[in-house]
Amino acid sequence: MNVLDPMRSAVLGLFQRLGHETLKSLRKLGRGHLFLVHVLSGMAYLARRPRLVSGQVYSVGVLTILLIAVSGLFVGMVLALQGYNVLSDFGAEESLGVMVAASLVRELGPVVTALLFSGRAGSALTAEIGLMKTTEQLSGMEMMAVDPVKRIVAPRFVAGLLSMPLLAGLFTAVGVMGGYFVGVGLLGVDQGPFWSQMQAQIDFHDDAVNGFIKSLVFGVIVTWIAVFEGYDAMPTAEGVSRATTRSVVHSAFAVLGSDFVLTALMFGD
Amino acid sequence: MPQPFSRDEVLVAIRDLSFGWGDRKIFDNVSLDIPRGKVTAIMGPSGTGKTTLLKLIGGQLQPHRGSIHVDGLNVHRIGLSELYELRKRMGMLFQSGALLTDISVYENVAFPLREHTRLPESMIRALVLMKLHAVGLRGARDLMPGQLSGGMARRVALARAIALDPMMLMYDEPFTGQDPISMGILVKLIHDLNKELGLTSIVVSHDVGETSAIADYIYMISGGEIVGQGTPDDIHGSDSAWIRQFMQGEPDGPVPFHYPALDYESDLMGIHSE
Repeated sequence: MNVLDPMRSAVLGLFQRLGHETLKSLRKLGRGHLFLVHVLSGMAYLARRPRLVSGQVYSVGVLTILLIAVSGLFVGMVLALQGYNVLSDFGAEESLGVMVAASLVRELGPVVTALLFSGRAGSALTAEIGLMKTTEQLSGMEMMAVDPVKRIVAPRFVAGLLSMPLLAGLFTAVGVMGGYFVGVGLLGVDQGPFWSQMQAQIDFHDDAVNGFIKSLVFGVIVTWIAVFEGYDAMPTAEGVSRATTRSVVHSAFAVLGSDFVLTALMFGD
Repeated sequence: MPQPFSRDEVLVAIRDLSFGWGDRKIFDNVSLDIPRGKVTAIMGPSGTGKTTLLKLIGGQLQPHRGSIHVDGLNVHRIGLSELYELRKRMGMLFQSGALLTDISVYENVAFPLREHTRLPESMIRALVLMKLHAVGLRGARDLMPGQLSGGMARRVALARAIALDPMMLMYDEPFTGQDPISMGILVKLIHDLNKELGLTSIVVSHDVGETSAIADYIYMISGGEIVGQGTPDDIHGSDSAWIRQFMQGEPDGPVPFHYPALDYESDLMGIHSE
């Protein structure tokens, strides 16, 4: 027997696995896009049933408010503390307001909200839809001539889309207040320049609109991944558990990756 | 195998059906007819694809080969909107009941009515109460699905399945895991609903006694093929060893007690024949 044979078969096996995994991922990506088209085709159905969306906005958005507000407050407070240490070395403490607001509006607001949103609401959406599949509720709906993608998935998708920018706005606003409490209240920064520099330097189009666009894109990404993973889950306890984990992990990768691309497009010269 | 019903009598016609999961073959060239207005049972051991057959009839799965016609329509050739129209005339009772867990019993039964009709609320209420009364659960209308026993959940699902007055009902293992009283209630309901509403019923089950008590015609499926068919009397009187083993629940016979394995002695001694 040729001594190279085992090595050759190991290398071939490696390529085979690589090819298999790549094809599997591409197939899933294709299914995910077709699924998105299917979800979007449910908009006319939802237009006749706005209550389905408002009910989901409550469970996806309203119930996430506390987490977002508390996290925003602490992130703003930490930003002010860290920023003050650096800025005071240069005697630029008065720019603390700009620094806190710019960091929150441009980056931390949309990104951290998306990550928290995926952990709180995204995982719940995946688990809920996955369990509905496991308990044959989706199948039962199909047999009642009701399309589960339009009836169950589409309202949750729209609710995620509506909630994310609002939550990111809340995170940013509460974060700025946190920065104010620490900067002005604790560290003694003059509140005049704190607010006036913020007002002068933060641009509505360049900062606020771009931050809003980011949060909207992240809303689409996180909710899409969450509902698709739930719908595509293996209908077993293990399948739903894996889908929930994948939903959070893939959302984090997708949000951070797309944040880089969006930042490069919006703020890169 | 000769088809026992005339063309006019047949509501569901399955021809040369083949289907499988991956390499595992579930159906191999199966042909069978479901007659109108009767209770037809499809029996066989667990894992023979009885539920899969119902999903194929409902158009939820695509056969690899062959055709399924329901009321003259080829289920897998018609468009999605036509399939949905057809499904409004088919009810299916899932083994788990498949009730929507976030809404009450009342809302579950009202669900198909709200989705497919524009009836006023007073009419929906009357219809829901009538359907719930038919299954004996009018008093349970405000309960949530989580508060129901398994048998009650199936009865609610049955009320929901008949909400749109379908032409046929498919029951997936309706008797599995039921206590004797629930079982008796379900047997009576399937029989009475079929008779009084003029339905066509397909009951998939491996509960021999209950199923043969209400079935007009029985198909026995095993290994992807139909191994026997006929009236309950024909089946009970069959001289097929397999059917006798199934109907009488014998632990050994054509279906062996042991899963295929190596020779016992060699296995114990650790001798592996290549």
